[in-house]
Amino acid sequence: MRFQLTEDQRALRDGVRGLLARLFGSEALWAAVDGGGLDRGLWRELGAAGFFGLRLAEAEGGVGLGLPEAVLVFEEAGRVLLPGPLVATHLAAGVVPGAATGEVVVTAVGGGELVEWLDEADVVVGDAAGAVALRSVDPLTPLHRVPAGVSAARPGDLFVLLTAAEQLGTAVRACELAVQHARTREQFGRPIGAFQAVKHLCAELLVRVEVARAAVYAAAVTADPVDIAAARLLADEAAVRGARDCLQVHGGMGFTWEADVHLCLKRAWVRAERGGSITESEELLAGELLAEAG
Amino acid sequence: MDLAYSPEEEEFRGRLREWLAKVLPTLPPKPSPDDWPGRRAYDLGWQRMLYDAGYADVHWDASPTVRLIFLEETEKAGAPYVGAGFVGLLHAGPTIAAEGTAEQRARWLPSILRGEEVWCQGFSEPDAGSDLAALRTRARRDGDAYVVSGSKIWTSHAEVADWCELLVRTDTSAPKHRGISWLAMPMDAPGVTVRPLRTLAGSTEFAEVFLDEVRVPVANRVGEENDGWRVTMVTLSYERGTAFVGEVVACRRVLGEVAREARVNGRWDDAGVRRRLGRLNAEFRALWRLTQWNVSEAEASGGVPGVGGSVFKLRYSRVRQELYDVAADVLGPGALDLGRPWVLDRLSSLSYTIAAGTSEIQRNIVGERILGLPKG
Repeated sequence: MRFQLTEDQRALRDGVRGLLARLFGSEALWAAVDGGGLDRGLWRELGAAGFFGLRLAEAEGGVGLGLPEAVLVFEEAGRVLLPGPLVATHLAAGVVPGAATGEVVVTAVGGGELVEWLDEADVVVGDAAGAVALRSVDPLTPLHRVPAGVSAARPGDLFVLLTAAEQLGTAVRACELAVQHARTREQFGRPIGAFQAVKHLCAELLVRVEVARAAVYAAAVTADPVDIAAARLLADEAAVRGARDCLQVHGGMGFTWEADVHLCLKRAWVRAERGGSITESEELLAGELLAEAG
Repeated sequence: MDLAYSPEEEEFRGRLREWLAKVLPTLPPKPSPDDWPGRRAYDLGWQRMLYDAGYADVHWDASPTVRLIFLEETEKAGAPYVGAGFVGLLHAGPTIAAEGTAEQRARWLPSILRGEEVWCQGFSEPDAGSDLAALRTRARRDGDAYVVSGSKIWTSHAEVADWCELLVRTDTSAPKHRGISWLAMPMDAPGVTVRPLRTLAGSTEFAEVFLDEVRVPVANRVGEENDGWRVTMVTLSYERGTAFVGEVVACRRVLGEVAREARVNGRWDDAGVRRRLGRLNAEFRALWRLTQWNVSEAEASGGVPGVGGSVFKLRYSRVRQELYDVAADVLGPGALDLGRPWVLDRLSSLSYTIAAGTSEIQRNIVGERILGLPKG
């Protein structure tokens, strides 16, 4: 058993991290917050880099990699808060012409009857008839809501898993931001990370990240629906709770618009809805206990 | 990144499973928790069976993955716990194997493996628990012996132990992490007094050990004089490594039993209870994956457990307590009846966020050693 990243997987992760640092660094993030709208140029660059066609066979113009690799890539996307209907477009590659290359933007009706980026999308998966625009809490994710019952299907397992991978990445980002701040911000003549009250918040941030990481990576290997439900619950918690604790570590600065922290929290909230009903995931896991016990 | 076992590992699992199915029905009934001589005999007898079947040294010599399989299969089959052999097999043994002389290894390791001698741990003191390096038990050199005086506390199995892995201060003028030595002390030496402590669960799981001018041969010192802190850190890395693997498997089994009980007594109809059970299932599944991740990492890095054990222990000790709280919720008023299953376990689980390094200490370790935050 080698439940560790292979050398190729490490190289892929590092490569994607480098690419996203170049394409979507802090400046680009804030330009997107101020500018609004989907950056089509960025979308095509992601397509050219194989972001959407990653799991598509090479014969079909894809990269021919598997679900574990896709999870690593979406974790990196979550880490930089890359905006856009990334998961829906990735899942449409090979089905919707132009999705793999990033020429066509695809969105989907997700959990909570929410549709992201509806006005910018070329193709919608699911029935978005009667969709009404919301004033989205996340400045980087425009949202519509379709009337209840029109599209009752719960999100597919891969949709949920890749969303969980993005949540994991955002949890990593929150942990990094918190630790960086705790190391450098001084109060009472020393870095605040020296105080146990702050140090312990940071330690718990990491614990949630590592537990979620093990669950998300394992679900990517097995693609088992119960593993995916577990991964989803833990990744949601790591991202949402992590962003809140990161905000707390930042003190008053964390409550300002200028700090990145609220962008992490708001995106984590959006994705927690996109993954479908949390109650349903919990019920699935509870039911499995009885199935296993016989 | 995969979760598949090699053919050799699967072969080991199959052979072990077959052996367990054959021998477990032949075991004598488990002794009562208060019968210490009975527990000693039972636990050592089990170790002897493992020895005869060739599984005795799985904690020391096997690859981390094989050790994981061993712990998973024995727990699933309901095999006896390592029990009184815990300190010898998981602390003192590996420490002597790594740091002892050839004579020391020949003297102590075979008797641990064959289930002939029980060890206990003399680390904590009344004034040196989480701040272990503040220990004050003193050892003064007198010819070829150390003369030891002081006291130890939270010593499991002290009543039936033959040996104690003892930390003593051999240089009182050195800074507190220095001047400590690691000794193997015979528990029948004159001057050793054991006073059992009663836990909140009503049982006597551990004891106080008083040491009054106890003579311990200098030849029983493992590692250099005043180098005991480093030796101890070797021991503790084992404690936080794979020590909890069997327990995670056990917790998942208990969770299934709690779910079945809820189904039988109607608590299952409460959506709140179902959701909590589902969430705990997610937690224990993830903890099992984290175990597999840590074991794979240990295998890749040469078998030495890293600080990742602290991450695991923080989450595990909390979730284990939540498991028995949910069990209590399922039992209802039955949770107040010591005769019901899980009620004693619930009481015992209260120690998990304290024993083997409190959660507060573990958070300091994670914050300082993994995240690189400054010391407070």
